[in-house]
Amino acid sequence: MKPPPFDYHCPETLDEALALLAEHGEAAKVLAGGQSLVPMLNLRAVHPEVLIDINRLPGLDHVRIEDGELRIGALARHRAVLESPAVREASPLMAAAYPYVSHGPIRNRGTLCGNLCHNDPASEMPAVALASDAEMMLQSASGARTVGAEEFFTGTLSTAAGADELLVEVRVPQAPAGQGAAFHEVSPRKGDFAYVAVGAVVSLSGGACSGARIVCAGVGDGPHRARAAEDALEGAAPGEGAFRQAAAAAADSIDPGEDFHADADYRRDLVRSLTRRALADAASRCH
Amino acid sequence: MTTPRTVELVVNGERRAADAEPRTLLSDFLREGLGLTGTHVGCEHGVCGACTVLVDGQSVRSCLMLAVQAEGSEVRTIEGLGGADDMHPLQEAFWEKHGLQCGFCTPGMLMTAVELLESTPGAGMDEIREAISSNLCRCTGYQTIVEAVQAAAERMQGEGQ
Repeated sequence: MKPPPFDYHCPETLDEALALLAEHGEAAKVLAGGQSLVPMLNLRAVHPEVLIDINRLPGLDHVRIEDGELRIGALARHRAVLESPAVREASPLMAAAYPYVSHGPIRNRGTLCGNLCHNDPASEMPAVALASDAEMMLQSASGARTVGAEEFFTGTLSTAAGADELLVEVRVPQAPAGQGAAFHEVSPRKGDFAYVAVGAVVSLSGGACSGARIVCAGVGDGPHRARAAEDALEGAAPGEGAFRQAAAAAADSIDPGEDFHADADYRRDLVRSLTRRALADAASRCH
Repeated sequence: MTTPRTVELVVNGERRAADAEPRTLLSDFLREGLGLTGTHVGCEHGVCGACTVLVDGQSVRSCLMLAVQAEGSEVRTIEGLGGADDMHPLQEAFWEKHGLQCGFCTPGMLMTAVELLESTPGAGMDEIREAISSNLCRCTGYQTIVEAVQAAAERMQGEGQ
């Protein structure tokens, strides 16, 4: 299958790209790594009139720590993020999740920001962004605004980004010192889309769990934060009992869909098991 | 601007140019525009890996890249690896270890393995399995492919390549 015809623009500056977005709006799609958009074009799931290729825009491929935040630009490829020491230092959760993100050739092209904008419900990084209170730096010809992860992910394959806006950078607050993080996933083959994935961070204060974040992917129409499970863990002594209780609360908090690969009961079961494992691993990594 | 434009690039060390519509995939451009049919087209949505080529030294799915995006790039395809008389160590090893049966996945497997062995010369079993996890083979069960890549890795290290 081949893409439908479209007008193609390859702007050389951000201003030029934003002007094109302002002009074409809903009729346009932004092409970054193309690892989600091009399959959708090939399958004719989308029919944009205009493609705005941002690959030649300068200065957007950074992965760095600045002002206590991990800042990742629109053209930072998955591979660069995966291999970045800055990510390991600032976001142990993102570092733990990245090995599950796709395969080598896809990572060589695909971008983190593109992945967030695509917002596939089975994707790992929207869940990581949600757990980390990431902020999306959106720009349009008429200005810039910042949208938190909580508001950004609005449903299956949809986000709060306007048709004239470009996600130029994602900012992830540096993880608190001592916090432990872990990520677990079950998928048909490693690197494939998750049936279910669970990420967890937790801190230990005075021998008790505090500030836990538990997020799931593959359980609904976008990344899911299991707040009931986080509440169950607050102040509890770390251990198998507390982790099991939180895992049960996480499983109760989801209303997963069913597909050919995994029914709702199986997904709930996976959330329970993976949450327990992720919490145990995260707690063991607290320091 | 749906009209064709000329795409200039370097393929296997040779400067090449041909016309492509913006929607033409790099895989189709290589096969139909440049006549390099060694790159195979399987699923056309990035799952099977048969169309894997190297662009500026990195493996990519040529079905998930537009030909116009490869403007000015350096592309390596299976045709650049070696011929019947001057096979690459990987090609020899695939032959010797029965790393292929029908051969459909082979160009993608080889280009994926080339990237691995050039970037990680002493790649071990785990790295080989991780690398080829991006490519589907419906014949071999993968074991002989892993053995072939391992044999090539040893040979290339021995030769100091």
